[in-house]
Amino acid sequence: MMDVDERPLRLDVDDDGAEEDEAMADRGAFERHYADERSWEELQEDESGMLRPLDVAQQQRQHRKRMAAMAGPHIQRGIIRYVYVLLDFSRAAAEMDLRPSRMGIVADCVEAFVREFFDQNPLSHLGIILLRNGIAHRLTDLSGSPETHIKALRSNMECAGDASIQNALDLARGYLTQIPSYGHREIMLVFSALSTIDPGDILEAVQKCKEANIRCSVVGLSAEIYICKLLCDQTGGIYSVATNEAHLKELIMEHAPPPPVQAEISVASLVRMGFPQRGAEDAVALCACHREVKIGGGYTCPRCKARVCELPTQCHICGLTLVSSPHLARSYHHLFPVPPFEEVANMAVANGRQSISKNCYGCLQELPTPGGKVKGVRLACPRCRQHFCFDCDNYIHESLHNCPGCESTSISSSQPSQ
Amino acid sequence: MARNPTDDVSQVVLLLDVNPFFWGADAERLNGSVGITFDQYFQHALMFLNGILLLNHTNKIVVIATGSSTCGFLYDSTATENISESITSKGKTKSQESRSELITQSMQEFVSKEEEAVKANPDSSKVQYSNFSGSLAMALCYIQRVLREPLPHPQPRILCLQGSPDAPYQYISVMNSIFSAQRNGIPIDACVIGNQHSAFLQQASHITGGIYMKPPQPDGLFEYLMMIFATDLFSRQFLQLPRPVGVDFRASCFCHKKTIDMGYVCSVCLSIFCKHHQTCSTCGATFSKSNLTAITGMKRKAPPS
Repeated sequence: MMDVDERPLRLDVDDDGAEEDEAMADRGAFERHYADERSWEELQEDESGMLRPLDVAQQQRQHRKRMAAMAGPHIQRGIIRYVYVLLDFSRAAAEMDLRPSRMGIVADCVEAFVREFFDQNPLSHLGIILLRNGIAHRLTDLSGSPETHIKALRSNMECAGDASIQNALDLARGYLTQIPSYGHREIMLVFSALSTIDPGDILEAVQKCKEANIRCSVVGLSAEIYICKLLCDQTGGIYSVATNEAHLKELIMEHAPPPPVQAEISVASLVRMGFPQRGAEDAVALCACHREVKIGGGYTCPRCKARVCELPTQCHICGLTLVSSPHLARSYHHLFPVPPFEEVANMAVANGRQSISKNCYGCLQELPTPGGKVKGVRLACPRCRQHFCFDCDNYIHESLHNCPGCESTSISSSQPSQ
Repeated sequence: MARNPTDDVSQVVLLLDVNPFFWGADAERLNGSVGITFDQYFQHALMFLNGILLLNHTNKIVVIATGSSTCGFLYDSTATENISESITSKGKTKSQESRSELITQSMQEFVSKEEEAVKANPDSSKVQYSNFSGSLAMALCYIQRVLREPLPHPQPRILCLQGSPDAPYQYISVMNSIFSAQRNGIPIDACVIGNQHSAFLQQASHITGGIYMKPPQPDGLFEYLMMIFATDLFSRQFLQLPRPVGVDFRASCFCHKKTIDMGYVCSVCLSIFCKHHQTCSTCGATFSKSNLTAITGMKRKAPPS
């Protein structure tokens, strides 16, 4: 037993000096990165058996820096979006380098994307176009219902022939030019093939998309392709190529939050909208969208009194945009973001004596103090000067979008306007 | 539904409305009688909290007071768990008595703090709303901490005991909190004691799958609390709980705070207006009338010129 245990140990010791350098030279850059950093030595186990880094504060600072870089400066976002998702279901999508096939993985990612898209952009519309057999085929109309898109996609899972970017761009552009001027037109292409087989001049199609102010983004699955890069550069979109399945999902999901507005194309306008009320539970009515008799539920258009099944939608009779107020409210946090919290220096905590709070204002967790048991960073809201822990800071800026401190001491700042 | 070992263990966060403008004598003159005094209300809430802890010995409670100028944590059962249990001669456990005392004491501190704050800002005496958005945000932050703990953790839920009317200026922050609760699957229950229904809480319970109730007889508050709001999330599927009545999803316009069923929405910032404006008062965008006609006529055929 002893022999077996000792052998690996001895090997470790021998690996010192010149031999190790030689070994390092053979390794790939990514391996050297791990070997040099010895990141496992910076871990320790806490009382509940979870792994925690030794220098918590440093790691939290790095995380905050990353988040700040991602958030960027406050920009105006295009909230009402009209997006066509172009899916390459050509021969190349049958490739099995991703399991079970590229097509299956793309469909899974797009399904998640569609749900996330409508969660983040409740007033936006989305449609799906498939590239197959050299032609582009419109699978779903621009609409606001995630279930329709997912159902249609799931029942159309086959791939064949070549992909034509030009045909797809022309088809999507034809539909997107019809939408009202306040909407932001976008195309998102998920491209598996390495070539595009087009009937005409694709550069002309790219130029036309640019003229129509359509922002085109491409997520590639195989390799970077010149024409995709050109398309994204010309129209202001993002081009990215996925290296593996998780990366693909991440890249597709990046398109869910509303993109920044290009100044020259944003036209502000007042849109007429209706806020229908939910029908009584036992009322019988014909719905205008499926032309079926429905009992209970549904919403009544306030202008023409037609019945629709779900919101948000456009009234099928009078064309009024129908939404409910929570749909609008879902987007408000993009407009009134919480200011980033500032880190409180250890000096200030040490000098602050009694007045410095011991616990996080949000969750009552004990806050780190210099020389104290709890490690990490201490953060303060620039407006209300309350102190928060690292986890609350994360939650407040990523999900809650409210500062508990500002909200609970709003007596002088936000008087009701009456 | 899979049965987890902690399905019936609850982490209840109670938001107590202690707005002095609602409970005070002035309020009675303004709003008519509420049907329950603050004393009774507080006693019923205390009994309810003790009841929750007796239902399951691993249940946890947190109490947050919502005032008109501040919010604050009153009690956290995990922080004071270590008081030893021993039966006194009255049949109550010692921890139960001391818990009630503790909550009453911190409530008194909170009320006197609130009094100072109101006196310091005499011009704010018109404010009769409570800082509901603040206490809701604090409750969600606390629940996040519970959810971060290693499994198994109790099932969190929020119960709002609300009396004061909704504050229109809190709309956005309350909605942000509601959506965050929805994403994390935290139900918001609401028990409204005031004279009118609360549209905020109706939407909150509808969106998050909680229970909304406005007791017809507020002086029997304790019974309503125990029979309806004490049930854990697992047991709820077997019970006939109050069905949601119609929820008012109409929006109120930013200019006059009127409830409207048709209006104009700014395409840049989604502010709602009841009539056509030249510029948006929220984001400053300028609109042109021609744009508007182009949009409304979109679906129709072009008129013959």
